Amino acid sequence: MPEPSGRRAFASPTTEKQATSLEGDRLCAQRGPATLFAEVSFAVRDGSALVVTGRNGSGKTTLLRMLAGLTAPAAGEIRWRRSVARPFDERLRAAVAFNGHLPALKDELTAEENLAEWISLGDRPPAPVAIRDALAAVALERSRALPVRLLSQGQRRRIGLARLRLSRRPLWILDEPLTALDGEGIDVLRGLLDTHLEGGGVCVAASHQPLPIAPERQQSLRLEADASAFAGSAMQ
Amino acid sequence: MSAVMPAAAAHAQDGDDAQSVLAAFGWALARDVRIALRSKAELGVQLLFYVIVVSLFPLAASPSRDVLGTLGPGVLWTAALLASLLSLPRLFTSDFADGTLEQIALSPRPLTALVSGKIAAHWLTTGLPVALMAPLLGAQYALDSALLGMLSLSLLIGTPILSLLGAVGAALTLGARGGGSLLALLVLPLYVPVLIFGAGAVDAVRTGVAAGAHLSLLGAGLLIAAVAAPLAAAAAVRIALD
Repeated sequence: MPEPSGRRAFASPTTEKQATSLEGDRLCAQRGPATLFAEVSFAVRDGSALVVTGRNGSGKTTLLRMLAGLTAPAAGEIRWRRSVARPFDERLRAAVAFNGHLPALKDELTAEENLAEWISLGDRPPAPVAIRDALAAVALERSRALPVRLLSQGQRRRIGLARLRLSRRPLWILDEPLTALDGEGIDVLRGLLDTHLEGGGVCVAASHQPLPIAPERQQSLRLEADASAFAGSAMQ
Repeated sequence: MSAVMPAAAAHAQDGDDAQSVLAAFGWALARDVRIALRSKAELGVQLLFYVIVVSLFPLAASPSRDVLGTLGPGVLWTAALLASLLSLPRLFTSDFADGTLEQIALSPRPLTALVSGKIAAHWLTTGLPVALMAPLLGAQYALDSALLGMLSLSLLIGTPILSLLGAVGAALTLGARGGGSLLALLVLPLYVPVLIFGAGAVDAVRTGVAAGAHLSLLGAGLLIAAVAAPLAAAAAVRIALD
């Protein structure tokens, strides 16, 4: 395994002897003429989380979208389970659960229907009992039959958590998972992450606040925005 | 949790076989029809737009049978193009705005099949009602039953082409500023051959010539579009998400 050689970034690998499943090798991101970050390298082992921090506009969302396979890096490569993952790579698509900025919920459908659609999109039969359990776990069982357009921002984020709970994917990519969540919601997220990492899953999350992950399971990566870069949103 | 990971990986390998393509097509079709039926107001507005545009011409033009009969097929076909254009943003824009398009593109199912399903749902909720309503609206133009039959038939073959070509334009203009007017500029020229052969088929019947050639060309266009358009639209969706 190559040593992390971050010029602008710092990765602190954990000491656990576990297989490395997700690697970034000298990744570079560009938005128009501006370089968001360059030469970012890291390796995440099974059962651990990579927490990406950095100022607004430093490219956190872009990095997460690269790791999810939505965006191609301007340079460098991403390896998932030791083989190079290109954008929309089939193996990566089968492995990734992506919770981005956007809620990815249809306003017209209820919370239950949204989850059922999402599960069958992943090519599994939707189990109503499992969906009900997942909604109960995020304390939404009373609103499960309401159209999502009637729910609050925080409740929508909770449906996103229920989706993670149902996902059965080894690689979670979470962009600002704490946004709009209350204390109870953060506790739910803590429980989900514990179970996920305990089972050997991998998580990459961008956050401005400390995430509810045990310190020994966590490594951090700080993106230092290029001074010449535009400090705009990295999202489209 | 770790027990399910090999299952997921194994599944990805047979992602391209015919069964999974059909399943993906069916999933997207059922989902989009369901969502369209939930927002009936939007659906109604688009069909009402078609009815109103078609009904304006007999009021504006001279009410003589000859003029209306000549004008009719062209007006009904042009209105069908506009109704299709008006409903195109529904195909990808809302999914793009709320993030579900990302989830669709990241799903293990084949994206081309998912996009094909969405296009089929678009046709079922716009093209098909337009083709079925055309004979009723055609009565305003004093078209006889042979003409009305040909009008419906040509619309049944032609409107899927509109949905297919339109999907490519809709995917290409995702996230662009002024996407709506750009979409019209991009798509309407592509619609021109469909308009010519579609309205031409009806006109051929009116002038007593066989419409077979027009219909054959429309059918050929449909086959080509059905093969090529979903591939192009899926590629454009991936570019839009980058």
